[in-house]
Amino acid sequence: MNHAIRTMACAAMLLPSMAVAQTDVPIIYLRAEVEQPPVLSNLDPVPQDLGLAGAAVALKDNLTTGSFLGHAYALEVMSVAPGGDVLAAAREALTRSQILLLDAPAAQMLSVADLPAAEHALLFNVSSGDANLRSGDCRKNLLHTVVEDAARTDALMQVLVAKQWQDLVMIIGPHPADAAFADALRSSATKFGMTIAAEKAWTFDTDLRESTMQEIPRFTQDFPDHDVLLLADPTDDFGRYVEHNTWLPRPVAGSDGLHAEGWASVIEAWGAVQLQNRFEDDHARPMKSRDYAAWLAIRAVGEAVTRTNSADPATLRAFMLGDAFQLDGFKGRALTFRTWNGQLRQPIAVVNARALVALAPVDGFLHQRNETDSLGLDQPESGCTAFGG
Amino acid sequence: MLKLALLLTTVALPLSAGEIWVTNEKDDTISVIDVDTLEVTRTIPTGERPRGITFSQDFSRVYICASDSDTVQVMDPTTGEVLYDLPSGEDPEQFVLHPDDRHLYIANEDDAVTTVVDTQTRTVVAQINVGIEPEGMAVSPDGKVAITTSETTNMAHWIDTATQKLFANTLVDSRPRHAEFAAGGQELWVSSEIGGTVTVFNTADQTEKGKIRFEINGVNADLIQPVGFEFTPDEATAFVALGPSNHVAVVNAKTLQVESYILVGRRVWHMAFSPDHTKLFTTNGVSGDVTVIDVASRQAIKSIKVGRFPWGAAMRPTKG
Repeated sequence: MNHAIRTMACAAMLLPSMAVAQTDVPIIYLRAEVEQPPVLSNLDPVPQDLGLAGAAVALKDNLTTGSFLGHAYALEVMSVAPGGDVLAAAREALTRSQILLLDAPAAQMLSVADLPAAEHALLFNVSSGDANLRSGDCRKNLLHTVVEDAARTDALMQVLVAKQWQDLVMIIGPHPADAAFADALRSSATKFGMTIAAEKAWTFDTDLRESTMQEIPRFTQDFPDHDVLLLADPTDDFGRYVEHNTWLPRPVAGSDGLHAEGWASVIEAWGAVQLQNRFEDDHARPMKSRDYAAWLAIRAVGEAVTRTNSADPATLRAFMLGDAFQLDGFKGRALTFRTWNGQLRQPIAVVNARALVALAPVDGFLHQRNETDSLGLDQPESGCTAFGG
Repeated sequence: MLKLALLLTTVALPLSAGEIWVTNEKDDTISVIDVDTLEVTRTIPTGERPRGITFSQDFSRVYICASDSDTVQVMDPTTGEVLYDLPSGEDPEQFVLHPDDRHLYIANEDDAVTTVVDTQTRTVVAQINVGIEPEGMAVSPDGKVAITTSETTNMAHWIDTATQKLFANTLVDSRPRHAEFAAGGQELWVSSEIGGTVTVFNTADQTEKGKIRFEINGVNADLIQPVGFEFTPDEATAFVALGPSNHVAVVNAKTLQVESYILVGRRVWHMAFSPDHTKLFTTNGVSGDVTVIDVASRQAIKSIKVGRFPWGAAMRPTKG
């Protein structure tokens, strides 16, 4: 292996207070580091321990529960530098544990899932909202605790529909991720009967920071009248400069302004403050969506080990996809896995910078099975067959 | 309404005179409701984020968990004056007073610890490691067993009060919130908020005796979340608050079957009976009010506006 793989063992075990036969549950967090494109502002750097910090908090939660039951969890982090050999790292990881959290782009995640050594492993996607991973490119051994992009854009549209802010326009950034997010916004708009009347590509190649008041009003002046201006800038390049600089006084939504997240620091109810406090005490920053996805994956393993008294990946997977599995994710409803594509079914927080606006599913969006299935790929929409659907 | 209130006052029997004390989590106050007039008669300031509330056996003291002040306040209920603070451990949420009228068992939500405090010497007697986010607290009528439920570990932890050590840990469904002994101490009931169930244990051997499930027409099962509950004095009937389903279930404590559902305010948490047990008062967190239930007819008869996010409730008899 030419590229550095940084490995650190996070924790071992607590002494079981009431010793019974011990079950060891080793878990590996495999991260493929990705080069981020430069962005206009450095106000909000991506935390170095994004995702990892959430996994560490969940490990402590599991260890406490495990101490009463004789279950010992261990977390090892393998981080592969940009351009490094992720598959080699994955092969090595799979020799040590068959339970892996994958923090990597969708294509690399699929390569790992398709390794022969991963055939019977239990893998968790904690980073990619890609629709194909939940549809045609789903894998039987890959569950998703991170929310899909479509669920986030559906949640946002539910709020806009509830407010009757129906006429939309959109600005789209230049990166492939921006285009993918714009696609998700368009699909969700169509799903909930909204129209995006006009779209513009973000083409500025100058540093706008000192001229936003001149440039952005002009840039948005030729949009037809609208209720909300959508931004497709998940790269977080220009989005922060648009709000309050538009030609018309309109709210901004999408990747900035009103936006939808798996987790946000403004979630307070449903006991969430307890989780926020545990996280901030240990990591000195607010918990973000990827931290939450990693927290969920390890908590899901913990819940399954607690209830089955087993560390066997097949046993755990069967339990997670069964009727008895329910995870408390501090969002007011029991979280369960969708049996058709392995996505963890969960409410989505629609937030601004200072407060939770709504927790979707929004009241009135009904579903014959579970209201939360009004968000993201529902069974008829998913092309996934690997789960026997 | 005024006329009705006056009428109620004139016909009220001395036996039933009393107050319901409600902690307002987001206002740092207690609302005191007169059980005859059904009006708020006093609003008393407390420490930060008051939640659990209970009276001493002679009602001369009221104990209040001031969660964000990291203390249990001891108040004179006649004057509303805070007399002193008890050491409580960090973030006390709920507690239970031992039948000896002296020891408080306190759940420290942020610390995964149960703290035992001697209210006379005002010292911590013991701290017991329990699961993540301890919340529900109960003590058996004979005083021998105390219970802490932990919300994220999903267990009822059984504490031997003679040694202050755990002697059993029993799994329940997701996010256990409240625990009470029943059937003269032979049963332990534990509500699971996210699991949507109440588990009934045999106290003698900690085995599961049964499980209560709930179903309300037109309400998504996800939103039926049992939290606080109370028994009638004969322990034949339990009233179970069902959180964001905005209903209270009436459960036959023998058969463990639900007999009816009563519509109350939004996000119902906890409850307390009037001294004569003819009325039940529920705290409704989101709507910021208290619903009064007529126990005999099992009907909601009035809503009383209190402070923001009412949470705990406790009864104080007054001389009529």
